[in-house]
Amino acid sequence: MDTTMLFAQFQKKIDQDIKIEPQDWMPDEYRKTLIRQISQHAHSEVVGMLPEGNWITRAPSLRRKAILLAKVQDEAGHGLYLYSAAETLGITRDEMYQQLHSGKAKYSSIFNYPTISWADMGAIGWLVDGAAIMNQVPLSRCSYGPYARAMVRICKEESFHQRQGFEILLTLSKGTKAQRKICQDAINRWWWPSLMMFGPTDNDSPHTAQSMLWKIKRFTNDELRQKFVDVCAEQVKFLGMTLPDKDLKWNEERQHYDFGPINWEEFWNVVKGNGPCNKERLATRVQAWEDGAWVRDAALAYEEKKAVRQYRYDAENENTKMPVS
Amino acid sequence: MNAESMIPNHNAVTDTTINAMLQLADDNLIMGHRCSEWCGHGPILEQDIALTNIALDFVGQARNFYQYAATILQQMPNEKALALVDFDMVPEQITEDSLACLRDAGAFKNHLLVELPNGDWAQTMLKIFFFSAYRFYLFQLLQKNTDTQLAGIAEKSIKEVQYHLKWSSEWVIRLGDGTDESKNRILKAMDTLWPYAGELFGPAKYELECYQLESIAFETLRVNWLEKVNQIFEMATLPAQSFTQWHQSGGKQGIHTEYLGYILAEMQFLPRTFPNATW
Ligand SMILES: [Fe+2]
Ligand SMILES: [Fe+2]
Repeated sequence: MDTTMLFAQFQKKIDQDIKIEPQDWMPDEYRKTLIRQISQHAHSEVVGMLPEGNWITRAPSLRRKAILLAKVQDEAGHGLYLYSAAETLGITRDEMYQQLHSGKAKYSSIFNYPTISWADMGAIGWLVDGAAIMNQVPLSRCSYGPYARAMVRICKEESFHQRQGFEILLTLSKGTKAQRKICQDAINRWWWPSLMMFGPTDNDSPHTAQSMLWKIKRFTNDELRQKFVDVCAEQVKFLGMTLPDKDLKWNEERQHYDFGPINWEEFWNVVKGNGPCNKERLATRVQAWEDGAWVRDAALAYEEKKAVRQYRYDAENENTKMPVS
Repeated sequence: MNAESMIPNHNAVTDTTINAMLQLADDNLIMGHRCSEWCGHGPILEQDIALTNIALDFVGQARNFYQYAATILQQMPNEKALALVDFDMVPEQITEDSLACLRDAGAFKNHLLVELPNGDWAQTMLKIFFFSAYRFYLFQLLQKNTDTQLAGIAEKSIKEVQYHLKWSSEWVIRLGDGTDESKNRILKAMDTLWPYAGELFGPAKYELECYQLESIAFETLRVNWLEKVNQIFEMATLPAQSFTQWHQSGGKQGIHTEYLGYILAEMQFLPRTFPNATW
């Protein structure tokens, strides 16, 4: 079959909402785009464990400690599903780690911001997990089967995280003056970076058209960002707090909230590695990987020894076995 | 049946129960704290998840023991309850959280073993193995306690402990019988931790009374534990161990290593900075 035919059949499947599975033919660009996107997503889950992990030992109550531990553990699980999904496209987890550690692969820039108060655990749950859900719910209908299925499981847990985060903020908002202060402060710091999580504006997002054609993406960055603003602008009222945007205003005509300009200079700087925690986050991952090398070697060496012993045992017993006719 | 009759009503019994519950809870809380320090830093993602899960189990068990102690204390006149617990900041209400966060190091009753730093993966695995083996045999005994609350917690927890024991045993075997480096590391961990193992088998008076055990039971526990350790060490191609005359102790009397103060400074700072705030 010639390539034109393959392309046509592939696109036909996509148009009919038939999932593409690992063994199916797919254009190289489709494969590459997915590997990049899924591995980036996996790295984000794993790097994302660090800013929240930062507060596990300092959680203010045993209940909050248990919830936070479970949350960070969920994120590790998300990383695992996503690495597995990416592996179905013909890349190994070690190769993906390699790309992360060398700086070649990116992860979500939001995790390059510091968590400096307990309220940040609330703001991350509400805004960061919230933005992730906005992005990911459409991905659970993505054309690539393994990615879509991973997203279904992940989204269920993310909505838990979002509710738990909001509940942390709600408790703070009803608390003492000092608690209300850290609550507002956390919202102020996490709001704009959360809006940046949807990526550059559609004009600056050259891959969007192709990704939409392939149904990897279902909505544009700006559409999702608007949806997120509309939801948060209402939710923040329950907290009795404000979003740090003087231009935020309901637009009756558009039936959406208008909002102020995003600082894209900051966005691109954080992407390029100049965010407040880029160096720390990456260094921490690299260190964990390097410190763990001897552990992985030992596990491997032990498995090999075990396999050899099993082989010898089988071979010895082979001689005493009766031939089976 | 009224609430009063559900709890041991004799003063001395209550006293020993509270102390024993705090001992159990403190061990769990500090174990959980140390294990949780690994979260996000493990050598293999799957193992990071497993260890975080174990940290969660430890914290969960700590909560059960603290909550039981808090329930008993809440049913007493307040001054009496406050006299039983060595708080250094008087809580508005005695809860699992005030028990965890408003007592200073001198009031903590955990074994010294659990507060030692994580060290490398070998040291952490060996520590979890030692502790889980001890807890496994102890909870087998506690399941039979006539205090149904305590027996219930032990029964519920032992399933988790069994898993921790299996998981950590497998790691001890893997590291012992892995590479030269991993063997050296586990031997070094052995040197570091062994002086703290003996304390697990020196019961305080309140433990014997609350657990309804004679000292001989702890002696049996010690023998079973050592047998388990040596069984796993043999599979790990590590040398057999025996107890030495001397071991470190003091945890149950509130005399700790230098490490505990730092753990508590971190763990307790929020509730102490914002007294009586709700989180
Ligand atoms: Fe996640
Ligand atoms: Fe999440």
